[in-house]
Amino acid sequence: MAKPNDNGFEPKIVAFLCRWCSYAGADLAGVSRMTYPDNIIPMRVNCSGRVDAGMVMAAFERGADGVLIGGCHPGDCHYVNGNYKTRRRVILLKRALAEVGIKPQRLHLEWISASEGVKFQRTVTEFTRLIKGFGPSPMSEDGKN
Amino acid sequence: MSRIGVFVCHCGMNIERTVDTQAVAATLSEHSGVVYTTDYNYLCADPGQRLIKDAIVEHKLDGVIVAACSPTMHEPTFRRVAEEAGLNPYLCEIANIREHCSWVHKDRDRATQKAIRIVKTLVEKVRGNQPLEPLRIDHADKCLVIGGGIAGIQAALDVAESGFEVILVEKEPSIGGHMAQLSETFPTLDCSQCILTPKMVEVSRHPNIRLLTYSEVVEVSGYIGNYEVKIRKNPTYVDPDKCNLCGDCEKVCPKSVGSEFERGLIDRKAIYIPFEQAIPSSYTLDEEACLGLHPLRCNECAKVCEPNAIDYDMRPEYIEESVGAIIVATGYSLYPISSLGEYGGGQIPDVIDGLQFERLLSASGPTNGEVRRPSDGKIPKKVVFIQCAGSRDPEQHNAYCSKICCMYTAKHALLYRHAVPDGEAVVFYIDVRAGGKGYEEFTQHAIEEERILYLRGKVSKVYRQDDRVVVWGVDTLSSRRVELEADLVVLAISMNPHPSNLALSKVLKISCGAEGFFKEAHPKLRPVESLTAGIFLAGAAQGPKDIPEVVSQGSAAAVKAVALLTKDKLVHSPEVVDIDELVCGGCGICVDMCPYNALAVNGAGVAEVNEVLCEGCGSCVSACPTGAAQLKNMTDWQFIEMIGVALQDG
Repeated sequence: MAKPNDNGFEPKIVAFLCRWCSYAGADLAGVSRMTYPDNIIPMRVNCSGRVDAGMVMAAFERGADGVLIGGCHPGDCHYVNGNYKTRRRVILLKRALAEVGIKPQRLHLEWISASEGVKFQRTVTEFTRLIKGFGPSPMSEDGKN
Repeated sequence: MSRIGVFVCHCGMNIERTVDTQAVAATLSEHSGVVYTTDYNYLCADPGQRLIKDAIVEHKLDGVIVAACSPTMHEPTFRRVAEEAGLNPYLCEIANIREHCSWVHKDRDRATQKAIRIVKTLVEKVRGNQPLEPLRIDHADKCLVIGGGIAGIQAALDVAESGFEVILVEKEPSIGGHMAQLSETFPTLDCSQCILTPKMVEVSRHPNIRLLTYSEVVEVSGYIGNYEVKIRKNPTYVDPDKCNLCGDCEKVCPKSVGSEFERGLIDRKAIYIPFEQAIPSSYTLDEEACLGLHPLRCNECAKVCEPNAIDYDMRPEYIEESVGAIIVATGYSLYPISSLGEYGGGQIPDVIDGLQFERLLSASGPTNGEVRRPSDGKIPKKVVFIQCAGSRDPEQHNAYCSKICCMYTAKHALLYRHAVPDGEAVVFYIDVRAGGKGYEEFTQHAIEEERILYLRGKVSKVYRQDDRVVVWGVDTLSSRRVELEADLVVLAISMNPHPSNLALSKVLKISCGAEGFFKEAHPKLRPVESLTAGIFLAGAAQGPKDIPEVVSQGSAAAVKAVALLTKDKLVHSPEVVDIDELVCGGCGICVDMCPYNALAVNGAGVAEVNEVLCEGCGSCVSACPTGAAQLKNMTDWQFIEMIGVALQDG
């Protein structure tokens, strides 16, 4: 699925999207026919608070160049406070990633509400550009070569 | 699971245009465990559903993926289809290749590759799914209605008439809302109070309605069918059962403040009744305005109150109720007039808002229906009406159209011409939006037969010159600048969301859109539901609308609530947490993480789940140090397999 671009690198990005806000925001981006890079593979989770260290690390271990987590805005969590738990967890995970030699910016958390199709589009576009600039993750096959 | 079927939908050209569905089906047929694949034009249509059913039976499928639109659209549809073919519905999953793929990408090859990855992740998910049975739970059979305007009144009456108990909570001392303030209603010119007050009385008399005025909802917990709500009933300091409405207290009360009901056109006393037909019909002592509550009582009202209805020691009362459904009907407020400085809002006394003009027109208003301007009480001979004041102005004010102003301005101008036959009415408008039954005819009648001058253009400035108010605008049809001297200026001010919406959205855990109105579950197909199951929306709380629409929404929300309350048992998703007793170490971290108190460590030192309370967020799963806590059908192992295929090369 290579398509020529600046450095010819097409990153693989896994996106964990909470069912109530970010997944619905991504749906809205679709309904509004907004376009964004096709490098992300979205996965629906009930709550961003469900995304644990194991899932993020598994993604990098299996070759993800970036991981995006989308949750509800602070105070809007459908499950009271799951997004706050994610916010704390992401801070710790970024430190852990740095320890194993992965740029912490390869993990990104964003609050995207169900009405923010534009923000979803912008987030994916900017995150993909950032990861392209970084090149392959040191843990991916491309990165090891 | 080894006999998985994959069904790829074209959705007409919606998916097919950018995703090669045949290629998706062909690639997936190579995937391990997949025994049947096909693509079809519209899977959601009857023949499409039949195709899935037949395939499940014929190929003995034990897992189904429908690659189509967002699961928000058709997950229930296809799960029902699976069930009808004898397959457990939780063994059917939806791969979203429309909203998340075909609609957002242009390159067909790459979009097809992405679609294949998305479908593969769902194949891995379904492979790890187990058949589940929905939990059946009891529910409370009361309904909470928040807001006692016409939307809340209609909803409360409809629910109560269906035989269910309603708790109607209103913040103000009386129900009735803004509709009680209106003079006459477009396009029929019925007297607003005459059509509203019978409904208000019905609310107060209905055996199934418990009316709590001067009250606020302060806490809500629980879930659909079983919400626990805490309501604070603020003290009115007057016992409604004793108060006989003699009004003696009001006469002796030494403190005056602007009347909210009359929108500050006249004063009311600290002890007051908002308007004569108020329900409940009782006086209220405004704690903030009263001189005597603390520290020292002036005691004038209590001295003259014959039935001894006044009780200074009244305290807020907290009422707890269990309800099955909640209807939010908090209505609207007006864009603050003081924010319209360019029109002299808040500075020039003879620049007023639409609701103030309603009070001037109303037979029960401060001028008994004579149009007299606030500054000197004179009858204005020239009135300028300015439409879209604060609406349709994304640079400075609200971007949206407030919808009702075109109609009520025409009504205002017409009623003014009837009240002051030698008066002159001028309307500045951008467009006249008169969509609705009898609306266009009404505005045309006002323009053509009532001698009202409609000028197309925006007013740029309203200012005072000596004792005259000058309106500066432009007539864009003749491209002339217009300068008018007016005796009174009426602003058709934008509708704002009610200021309590934001706080209430946090209490209820439902969301507001960017402009502050409550967000509906779907703008077209689910307009009276919030995204939270069991919480419904009615009226202007959801967006600007006129009375007929508000009433329709009130009834619609009531039907939704009744449909829920009528059920014998409610169905609760079985996709809840499961604890592996052999692995659990009883640390209790999950207990702290759970926002619903659904977990507890039992006598055997193992965490235990109350499945009915569990909402399936998975906070505990993420925190469990041993992996003993897992969400059913969303386990760590499933996610790891899903991530694996999502990132696989090729």
